[in-house]
Amino acid sequence: MLYIFCPHCGSRSQNEFAYGGDATVKRPELNKEISDQEWNNFVYLRKSPRGKHLELWHHISGCRQWIKVERDTSTHEIFKTYKAEELTE
Amino acid sequence: MQKYSVFSLIKNAFSDHQNWEVAWKDPTPKKEYDVIIIGGGGHGLATAYYLAKEHNITNVAIIEKGWIGGGNVGRNTTIIRSNYMHDDNALFSEFGMDLWRKMSQDLNYNVMFSPRGIINLAHSDAQMNAYSRRGNSMRLNGIDAVLLNREEVQKRIPMADFSDNVRFPIFGGLMQPSAGTARHDAVAWGYARQADSMGVDIIQNCEVTGFDVNNGKIVGVRTSRGDIKAKKVGLCVAGSTNILAEMLNMTLPIETHLLQACVSEPVKPLLDHVVTFGAGHFYCSQSDKGEMVMGGDLDGYNSYSQRGNLPTLQHVLTEGIAMFPFLSKLKMLRTWGGIMDMSMDGSPIIDKTHIDGLYLNCGWCYGGFKATPASGWTFAHTIAQDRVHELNSGYSLNRFNTGDLIDEKGLGTKTWIS
Repeated sequence: MLYIFCPHCGSRSQNEFAYGGDATVKRPELNKEISDQEWNNFVYLRKSPRGKHLELWHHISGCRQWIKVERDTSTHEIFKTYKAEELTE
Repeated sequence: MQKYSVFSLIKNAFSDHQNWEVAWKDPTPKKEYDVIIIGGGGHGLATAYYLAKEHNITNVAIIEKGWIGGGNVGRNTTIIRSNYMHDDNALFSEFGMDLWRKMSQDLNYNVMFSPRGIINLAHSDAQMNAYSRRGNSMRLNGIDAVLLNREEVQKRIPMADFSDNVRFPIFGGLMQPSAGTARHDAVAWGYARQADSMGVDIIQNCEVTGFDVNNGKIVGVRTSRGDIKAKKVGLCVAGSTNILAEMLNMTLPIETHLLQACVSEPVKPLLDHVVTFGAGHFYCSQSDKGEMVMGGDLDGYNSYSQRGNLPTLQHVLTEGIAMFPFLSKLKMLRTWGGIMDMSMDGSPIIDKTHIDGLYLNCGWCYGGFKATPASGWTFAHTIAQDRVHELNSGYSLNRFNTGDLIDEKGLGTKTWIS
């Protein structure tokens, strides 16, 4: 069982959350000409690293907020969690 | 190579089975090979075998970080089927079914192929319609498919819950009678033994640490046992694909996820078929030893850990008991996990890459075991001829760019919910 620290609610079991995938993927800017390659990169290509991974989780059976979780994909250790609006450049 | 037969068995019985030849050697890596296959799992071993057998390329090495057959080929639930709707998947898998039927003879190794049939359960009229459509598509591609009604399913699996008070009542199911199971370890060992006998070097405990690429062409592989030159390199590393891709500065439409399976204590024969309860994320078959072999969902987040978490296992078994109430009386014998190369449309990739001489075989999601012979056969063709075969032409890496996806389940890019 993973225990995920929701920045809004505190530490909760993984059962309350839904996974949302890689949080570092960036959607191409709206209303701008983009190539098929750029669209491909956004929609399909993933680094899927072994080690530290910044990912989205949805506290769907709790406060229903999206959060970001920095987690190790080989040990499942969770280093830090953030509110959704944090860590955006 | 010593041929396995009843006569060799009797002969060796006289010497207390002390004089059997080793099934494959433990060679030191040579300086250079024509082809290096990275990954000594089912697909890698099959690729090397078909390179030697079909294309006379025998100066081949298989490089394996651990031991052969220690990855997903030894961790799956041994199901073999070709019940796909889309042409690319159907024709590829059915080609594989032919190889499965001949495999024990071909490899001179009993892989215990057991075509016991697979039943996908349906729980609504809409699902029956969808299965009718899938079954018809299969039959158009020459694959056997039978639509079963509720009574026909009940006759075949009377121990399922047919009472009225269930969340997902059984309306019927789609059956592929020629589908079945095989002994997974034997598949790896059979391919390894034959490949070795034709001159392939199987190099275990040898980790790839990097690649040598010169002017857009692959020239060699760096490993924990030294640098090895190669004219061509094939990647067959399933869940570890992204790790190697990073060394090559490639980003792929693949995520690595964890899938668990488990077996119960052995009981007397009671389940004749492979049964999938898709609505409940559960499937089950009974092994020759009598264990119930069960699996279900991915753990649901990127993972390289090869060991599972309990919430998913609990969910899978809860659904299992809902369909087969007798399971609640059984003790669990073992649970384990493997890491899956989940592609963004649920279909595999067998293709050339932008690097000359580098070939890619990945994206098997959790359907890799049944594809072992067809994957090895087509990948060997792709490497030997430097062009894809008709059978794997749909499994291109570029299809994500062009939009020619093979989205069998239409689930989109959320790999973890597929």
